[in-house]
Amino acid sequence: MARHTLSILVQDQPGVLARISALFSRRGYNIESLAVGTTETEGVSRMTVVVNVDQHALEQVTKQLNKLINVLKIVELDDSTAIARELMLIKVKADDNSRSKVLELVELFRAKIVDVSGDAVTIEATGSIDKLEAFLNVLAPHGIKEIVQSGVVALARGGRSIADRSNKNSERSI
Amino acid sequence: MSQHITGAESLVKSLEHADVEVVFGIPGGAILPVYDPLMDSPSVRHILVRHEQGAGHAAEGYAAASNRVGVCMATSGPGATNLVTPIADAHMDSVPMVAITGQVPSAAIGSDAFQEADIRGITMPITKHNYLVTRAEDIPRAIKEAFHLASTGRPGPVLVDITKDALQASAEFIWPSNIDLPGYKPTTKPHGRQIKEAARMIVDAHRPVFYVGGGVIRSQAHRELRQLAELTGIPVVTTLMARGAFPDSHQQHMGMPGMHGTVGAVGALQKADLLIVLGARFDDRVTGKLESFSPKSKVIHIDIDPAEIGKNRYADIPIVSDVREAISQLIPAVTAEFDAGNRADLTAWWITLNHWRETYPLGYDQPTDGTLSPQYVIERLGKIAGPEAIYAAGVGQHQMWAAQFIGYENPNTWLNSGGLGTMGYSIPAAMGAKVGAPDKTVWAIDGDGCFQMTNQELATCTINDIPIKVALINNASLGMVRQWQNLFYNERYSNTDLHSHSVPDFVKLADAYGCHGIRVSTAEEVDKAIERSMEINDAPVVIDFQVHRDAMVWPMVAAGTGNDEIQFARDLAPQWERGDD
Repeated sequence: MARHTLSILVQDQPGVLARISALFSRRGYNIESLAVGTTETEGVSRMTVVVNVDQHALEQVTKQLNKLINVLKIVELDDSTAIARELMLIKVKADDNSRSKVLELVELFRAKIVDVSGDAVTIEATGSIDKLEAFLNVLAPHGIKEIVQSGVVALARGGRSIADRSNKNSERSI
Repeated sequence: MSQHITGAESLVKSLEHADVEVVFGIPGGAILPVYDPLMDSPSVRHILVRHEQGAGHAAEGYAAASNRVGVCMATSGPGATNLVTPIADAHMDSVPMVAITGQVPSAAIGSDAFQEADIRGITMPITKHNYLVTRAEDIPRAIKEAFHLASTGRPGPVLVDITKDALQASAEFIWPSNIDLPGYKPTTKPHGRQIKEAARMIVDAHRPVFYVGGGVIRSQAHRELRQLAELTGIPVVTTLMARGAFPDSHQQHMGMPGMHGTVGAVGALQKADLLIVLGARFDDRVTGKLESFSPKSKVIHIDIDPAEIGKNRYADIPIVSDVREAISQLIPAVTAEFDAGNRADLTAWWITLNHWRETYPLGYDQPTDGTLSPQYVIERLGKIAGPEAIYAAGVGQHQMWAAQFIGYENPNTWLNSGGLGTMGYSIPAAMGAKVGAPDKTVWAIDGDGCFQMTNQELATCTINDIPIKVALINNASLGMVRQWQNLFYNERYSNTDLHSHSVPDFVKLADAYGCHGIRVSTAEEVDKAIERSMEINDAPVVIDFQVHRDAMVWPMVAAGTGNDEIQFARDLAPQWERGDD
């Protein structure tokens, strides 16, 4: 089992998110993270899905996704050739005694404070899954009250866009 | 001049443009606007069924017999949900079907309105694609796309749900001249290099087998298959979905593989060194325990659905293609190899195969108490009705016997629910088949359990002059379940006794439906009853064959075990040694 990031271009139509998420669940694959948004092309949305599966399951889920009529293209983005980021908002306990220590950690991880109250601060952090995990680990002793995450979004490095990559179904065999 | 018509009229016109000749359905509130213009359609015939499930299976039977797209129609809510089983069935067996449902007005969607059900959401996992149409002007394109999707690539069911306000609104009718589906481009032609490699592997193999699935029937590749089989001399097995894709009478045919397959067919797959898989998907009922399935073989897998390749079994040579196209290209490629002198000797393989075939033929014991043998009835039916008839089976023991003891010579003559295993498929599917192939004799081979799930469609048959014939294999039990209880549950027959030798009286039931009813309980009466039925063409016929209930389907690979553990009769396993290396 390993973590894989899939970028899926879909037609922006009602129900398309349900089609994709339901496919994962009915084929028995858990989605670790899912983010959706519009793209540079009108009518086309992009989903970034992170799954934790072995190679055979990844191939199978990709092929099953490709069969969905509203799916236009699927590309796997691997860590070495793509940039993957997630945004997280974290509410951490911070009173007069501990606030400076928390701020130190925020500095260290290049995050920022977006809200302060008497007994807590809210931190905005972006980064890779690993970085955010590390950040949470060091914050944990202070008491994490609440977290919310955006889901991973990812883009391939270099000058080519996903639209330049080979099209769905264009390869005749696998 | 542009012409404004209602969405309902536009739907009927769209069906006419899609060359629909028949729709099976039932009206109701939300779909009602369609039924008014439908009455005036010069080309679309609507057949009023008695239950929406019947409409769905009839559309499947029509499609399977005629290779056209089957169409069914229902209203919103319960009408639509009653279509769920046949839609799932069509999805499993790749049957081209378009289901049209009415939906509550768009403003009421999501309000739990009367007869509201989210049928698009419900059918997402069991359709190739589905639509919710809320505007009249979108109807023609949705219908055009639905027929295109249902009938191309890997065929399957497509549902078009149309809100009542869309049916009532008016819009200009424009039949789209093109199909605009950027995410749908099935690969139908094989890769040339893969074909060459496959040909080389085929001519080199010493124990090759053609593992033929339902895809050969859907793509109408039976002629090409026969040509390739005869060119190579390689044995053929046809799965439950492929019965009729290759003539049973052909010397190279080893029969059906799988849980109730012949020893010869199962053995051929198990001991092969090469499987040439044509439009089949390594279903668990064929492979048995996957880890021990055909352990020494390489695999050439040809299928139009890339997701089937490598799903259950690794493919050494994957070929994504329409199977007819791929076979057509394999023929010259293999010929070229032969011409170059490359050809493995299959003599030893055939000695082994023939030994299995002769030692373990299909057979059954006649009951000793004078009661009627179900296998005998089905065997006689196959002999008398012959290979030109169409046979539609239900699900269970009778289905397996019908797959085993009738000789199929032609494609589209054997219809059954293979993937989903839907009891109740037979009667409505036979009805649909008779509509799709009116010149053929159509026999429903049904069990008494199955028959009681959908026999109301006999009314539809009688009233619409659809004279199907029903061979009811009545063992007064849920026979296959009873067989498992016998074998695996210490003969504790929990809830499998249907008492249907007395209740209901099927002859009276047939009579009540305006059918001819005949009861048969001895072997002597069998031929006469079948012959008499073959002469009746003015109404459906139901023969209540009251058969022995302890008959079992053999051979059998018990669920969860490997194919090597096949038994050709109770506690009797074949000897494989000969030819085993």
